[in-house]
Amino acid sequence: MKNQEELQTESPAAGDGATIAVSPHKQSWLHSRRFRRQIMPWLFIAPITLLHLVVVVGPSVAGMYYSLTEWSGIGKAEFVGLDNFRELFFEDRNFLLALRHNLMWLAFFLTVPFAMALAVATLLAQVRIGSMAIRTAFFIPYVLPSVVVASIWRMLLDPRLGFGVALENWGIKGLAYPYLGDKNTALAAIAFVDNWHWWGFLMILFLTAMQSIPSDLYDAAKIDGANRWQEFLHVTLPGIRPTVFFMLMMTAIWSFLVFDYVWILTHGGPAGSSEMLATYLYKQAFQRFEAGYGAAIGITMSAIAGVMATIFVLLRRRGWDV
Amino acid sequence: MFKKKGKSRLIPNYIILLLLVCLALGPILVLFFNSLKSFNDLGTNPIGLPRVVQIENYVNAWVQGEFATTLTNSLIYVVFTVAGVLVLGGMAAYSLARLDPPGDNFYLVYMLTLSTLPFWLYVIPLFIMWRNLGLLDTRAGLIIMYIAFNSPFAIFLLRSFLMSLSRDFEDAARVDGANEWQVMTRVVIPIMWPAFLTVGLVVGLGVWSEFQAALIFLQRDELMPVTTSYYNFTQRFGRDWSLTSAGAVMMIAPVLALFLALQRQFVTGLTQGGIKL
Repeated sequence: MKNQEELQTESPAAGDGATIAVSPHKQSWLHSRRFRRQIMPWLFIAPITLLHLVVVVGPSVAGMYYSLTEWSGIGKAEFVGLDNFRELFFEDRNFLLALRHNLMWLAFFLTVPFAMALAVATLLAQVRIGSMAIRTAFFIPYVLPSVVVASIWRMLLDPRLGFGVALENWGIKGLAYPYLGDKNTALAAIAFVDNWHWWGFLMILFLTAMQSIPSDLYDAAKIDGANRWQEFLHVTLPGIRPTVFFMLMMTAIWSFLVFDYVWILTHGGPAGSSEMLATYLYKQAFQRFEAGYGAAIGITMSAIAGVMATIFVLLRRRGWDV
Repeated sequence: MFKKKGKSRLIPNYIILLLLVCLALGPILVLFFNSLKSFNDLGTNPIGLPRVVQIENYVNAWVQGEFATTLTNSLIYVVFTVAGVLVLGGMAAYSLARLDPPGDNFYLVYMLTLSTLPFWLYVIPLFIMWRNLGLLDTRAGLIIMYIAFNSPFAIFLLRSFLMSLSRDFEDAARVDGANEWQVMTRVVIPIMWPAFLTVGLVVGLGVWSEFQAALIFLQRDELMPVTTSYYNFTQRFGRDWSLTSAGAVMMIAPVLALFLALQRQFVTGLTQGGIKL
């Protein structure tokens, strides 16, 4: 902050000198000090801000209003107060089911990818030879589009032609199963596929954080006679805690917005067994034209994600981290 | 870290890592193998190497999946979005980092909080507004949205890059009589290229892979990017895996080539906040 102040007092002086040197005689409004110092900077910021206001902020506010209406998206919206929310939470079992699935999704993504990424980053941090190539390999799934990832795993999880059949040829039986077609396994299968594309990226984030831990901390731990596990617990983990914490927060937010993998792999089926809030919103708003009801689902998702984020921010303020 | 250890102690590490590398790359190899198989070969040998290489799959997928059109569309979306984000976001970042607009702290808070508004909160009113404005189902409509979605990330990254650079060159140019516009175009933009590249790659990758907005806002086949078009293609040719695999390989080949060539920039950019699940 201090640095910025210094610069603030410094640069206008240089600017003034330049203007006077270039045009000592014409002091039009465009060259006035007020315009250059106060208005012009905002003219640079205005275009993208207007775009963001029109596309994101305005419709978000409108969404809050429409969530209180009965509306097909065409014609006039009829104000119904909190009716949509009452229906969602007390009558709509599909919505509650979707909410439950999102919570299960949250539990999965707060644990499995984090455990994998932490373990593998620790292993990879000790390795020298081939480390760059291994890192590249882990990162590649993350840059693939969701439609392609889904397409790959639809083949591999196929009961008649998937990996289970290939394993049977090698003598490992019992894994050929319609993972995406069974309502007991569909949600888990989608989570597995999404995680396949995701965890490697998380691992790279943790690895980068680990590598910025000063190595004398490890030396000190060794002198104190710490074993590998104690090193991990008392040096590595505290060192990367801000990164882990931030990613836990982002994961908590995203878990309520997930759409791509669910829609592409199952459309929320079979029989609603993998329905999520986002797929349910999509169906309500864009297939059944219940725009008001859909907006209410959108508000609910966003509110839950917002509450999650707030909890994390508060925990952080409490000194739970950093 | 972990220095001075016998090499043999690392053998378990390598075994676990290599198994996981197989998990990461194996499925992509299967996709590639399947894209070269004949229909019958795939039916009896879904995982292994192709017995006979059938390169016609690519020709068939190219024609039937209309990849000439959809790859071009995706390229248009990527190029215009990246250009728009860099120009508009770059202007804002330049102002925030250099021109000290009054109230810029307030603006940064605004950007930080409101840029996290989730897609599903505003998608319905946005859809209605786009329909009323005639932007629904148009290229321009999608590009405008993509620019808006990606601008906060671009502004933050470009701003922090600029703030890490010294102002000496710019001040020298001002002393030499350059006006603000000249300072920006002749001095700042040339030294910003590394940051432009990073932002361009992250935003470009995001747009190339984008699915949900394209699914909702485009209905006409001839405007679809390769993602939603490929999705429809897999719905139509669901069981013809050699065909759909060939299509998938064509979609990811440019991404993988670019990623391997510019890996460092990709990883830096993606880990600096272009983070999506």
